[in-house]
Amino acid sequence: MHLVLFFIFGGLCVAGAVNLLFQRHPINSALSLIVVMSSLAVLYLLLGAEFLAAAQVIVYSGAIMVLFTFVIMLLNAGREQRTHGSKAAYLVGIPGAAALVALLVYIFLSNRGPLGDAVLGNYLVTTSDLSRVLFRDFLLPFEVTSVLILVAILGAVALARRER
Amino acid sequence: MTGSLNLWLIPLVPFAGFLVNGLVGRKLPKVLVTAIALICTLIPFLQVAKIWFQFSSITTPYIEHLGTWIWSGAFHADFDLQLDQLTMVMLLVVTGVGFLIHIYSVGYMAHEEGYWRFFAYLNLFMFFMLTLVLSENFLLMFVGWEGVGLASYLLIGFYILKDSAVRAGIKAFVVNRIGDFGFLIALFLLIAHFGTLSYHEVFAQIAQHPEWQGGVLTAIALFLVLGATGKSAQIPLYVWLPDAMEGPTPVSALIHAATMVTAGVYMVSRTHIIFDRSPFALSTVAIIGAATCFFAATMGLLQTDIKRVLAYSTVSQLGYMFLACGVAAYSSAIFHLVTHAFFKALLFLAAGSVIHSIGGEQDMRVMGGLRKKIPVTFWTMTAAVFSICGFPPFAGFFSKDGILYQAFISPNGGKILWFFGWVTAGLTSFYMFRLWYLTFLGESRAESHELAEHGAPVHARADSKLAVEDEHPHSVHESPWVMLGPLVILAILATIGGFIGVPAAMGGHDEIGHFLDPVLGTGNHPPGGENSGLELALSASAVLIGLVGLLVVHILYKVKPELPGKLATQFHGLYNLVVNKYWVDQIYGAVIVTPLLLFSRYILKALIDRGIIDGAGFAAGATAQGFGAIVQRVQSGNIRSYAGWLAVGAAVLLIAVYFGFTAHF
Amino acid sequence: MVPIYYYLILSAILFSIGVAAFLIKRNIITIFMSIELMLNAVNLTFVAFAHHWHQVSGQIFVFFVMVVAAAEAAVGLAIIIAIFRTRNTLNVDSVDLMKL
Repeated sequence: MHLVLFFIFGGLCVAGAVNLLFQRHPINSALSLIVVMSSLAVLYLLLGAEFLAAAQVIVYSGAIMVLFTFVIMLLNAGREQRTHGSKAAYLVGIPGAAALVALLVYIFLSNRGPLGDAVLGNYLVTTSDLSRVLFRDFLLPFEVTSVLILVAILGAVALARRER
Repeated sequence: MTGSLNLWLIPLVPFAGFLVNGLVGRKLPKVLVTAIALICTLIPFLQVAKIWFQFSSITTPYIEHLGTWIWSGAFHADFDLQLDQLTMVMLLVVTGVGFLIHIYSVGYMAHEEGYWRFFAYLNLFMFFMLTLVLSENFLLMFVGWEGVGLASYLLIGFYILKDSAVRAGIKAFVVNRIGDFGFLIALFLLIAHFGTLSYHEVFAQIAQHPEWQGGVLTAIALFLVLGATGKSAQIPLYVWLPDAMEGPTPVSALIHAATMVTAGVYMVSRTHIIFDRSPFALSTVAIIGAATCFFAATMGLLQTDIKRVLAYSTVSQLGYMFLACGVAAYSSAIFHLVTHAFFKALLFLAAGSVIHSIGGEQDMRVMGGLRKKIPVTFWTMTAAVFSICGFPPFAGFFSKDGILYQAFISPNGGKILWFFGWVTAGLTSFYMFRLWYLTFLGESRAESHELAEHGAPVHARADSKLAVEDEHPHSVHESPWVMLGPLVILAILATIGGFIGVPAAMGGHDEIGHFLDPVLGTGNHPPGGENSGLELALSASAVLIGLVGLLVVHILYKVKPELPGKLATQFHGLYNLVVNKYWVDQIYGAVIVTPLLLFSRYILKALIDRGIIDGAGFAAGATAQGFGAIVQRVQSGNIRSYAGWLAVGAAVLLIAVYFGFTAHF
Repeated sequence: MVPIYYYLILSAILFSIGVAAFLIKRNIITIFMSIELMLNAVNLTFVAFAHHWHQVSGQIFVFFVMVVAAAEAAVGLAIIIAIFRTRNTLNVDSVDLMKL
């Protein structure tokens, strides 16, 4: 049953990603990405990360992708033009990417013995477990990221401001 | 034993004078520059005089160790000064005559813009010369040797705006360098063979091995001779000395008459222990000396510039000294060195006084009749002329006859050497009296010539115009007493200076010979009384040929003044040959200088320097540039191409990490 | 009972699609979205390993990655807006002033 769920939502992920690749209008790509994000949230649930699943939906699909959509609409991005910018990207990059995926798959496959199965009951991280670790052991990084967010806000406001 | 003699003061005080005058002399008032220069020359002289008066209480050789210089493995060379009889004589000559010439220069160079520079260089010269004379090892002597060459170059080219002076300075330095090359080879051979450069250690080693004859010692001696021919202007490296007359006259007097050029003779005398073991080297020295003596005298016969005549005379007299060394009569050579310092310095200074009096003219053809107008100069110069021609009782008589006698009695062809020396005495008399007549006697020929063409500029003005002194009418006047004083002192020395070396045959005690015996004695002095008849006969013949020379001059220039012209046209081939100094300069130029210049211009400069060395640098740059241009294409500014390279890089890294560290394939 | 390596291979596929999208697309916003895709692929890997080794720190790391991705998206889009204002184009091929 978990396997079925995995294949459905895994397939949705891949489909969304491929769609992102092949769509010409950025808004379509954005919507495909939202599909990917949401499917990933389900996969997190299957792996026992309930807080992360929620965060994924709220932050990623709900905030970041909405931001992307707003910007696309703000800038009135149209269909993509086919410009010839770089040969290196195709000649060197595509083989590189192919090599990457081949390598990774090979590595994972050849090491699949030691890795076991993902059973839902085996390891479930509740929100209280997560927060316990987060606010005790990782308090400093937590605070630092809050400063980071503050800086990002300031930066975004400063950069996007219309010059008067 | 006496306490420390402080020998180091003697060279270092003039060096201090050089530093002060050289660094700040331009800003100081002339009086201060003069005072510094004179004091820094007087102090060494007083120090030397003080040492002289206590000389009998000093055990010689006295060595002063100032510090370690080189210490490399077993080889050792230090700053060591020494004092023995030979050094004493040289010190007296250098500091005494040097001081007199400094005083003279105060008057002669009074109008020069570079006054401070002149005295700075003069003091520098004194420093190096005194180092040369005082040193206890070959290396320190070489320092002084090179240094006097440098000072000579600076002073010959003192008139920096005058092209011929600058070129003469360069010529002197380059020719000297050839000699120095020989000296260096000799130094290397000494180190290789003896392991040391200290006089005492080398001479002691030679003394311990009486079986060492010839071989390496001959090689060392011959290379030393090469150095000496450069410094003392012997054949084949004499060509720089006549050109060196471009320098101011006090320079010619000090450096090219009394002191620097005698450094070669001093060096041969100092190292006579090496030469004594090599009859071949001694013969070489004697032949070079005799040949130079004769040929230089012939070249001086027909010169028209008063200083040139004296220059060739210097070369010729140095030939005499070399001849004496070549027959192992070293103390005779030193005796002649001393008397030559007196009368040659006097001759040059007096010539300078003459030139100064008539406003810069140096050509004897437009002189004449100066006897009444500049009497003090005339009488002092007369004393010098008689001295150099070897008339008794002047100093030159005793020293020159000593040499001729020693040459005559030496085995292996001594009589031929004597013959050349004897003929040269006649030639010397001829050209000196010719100079005397043309300059002082007869009627003045000055008004009958265009002065502007012949006047040699004496002063280089600050406004960079070489002012010919006779642009305005210049009446002939005697020089100031600051110039005449040294002339008088030197004249007295040139007259009575010979009495320190009167040989036993003439009733004297040869004080200088006995004084130098501990250092220069070779053990083959024939007892004076044995051949006193021969000695007197030879002396008489030398005086005789001197008188013959005087007679010929009298006829040619006084009695029948049209005869020289007729003889010149009749023997015009020979005449041309001698007037052009046997074309030696031109031959050297064509055979040595021009090929070297072509070689360096076209092969060394164009091919190697520009082509290979610059080319290699240029090629390296071009390669880097080319390579960079190719790599530059990666920086296209396009994000996607960057991403492509990133992907490849990540893949490569992954491969390296996974398959490198965990080689479980 | 899903073998872990399924998740890992899925994440590898997602990552490479992200790389490919980065290389092929010309719209700057789409390229940005492909970056987010790559980040998400990595997040999946982290969570999978966290489950395998029973460690919370894997999930903590994902938490931080999300925070940083959010901040980065905000600032990055602001930059894109700024660039759009001056260059009036969203095509990366025409923004190559940094070339030599």
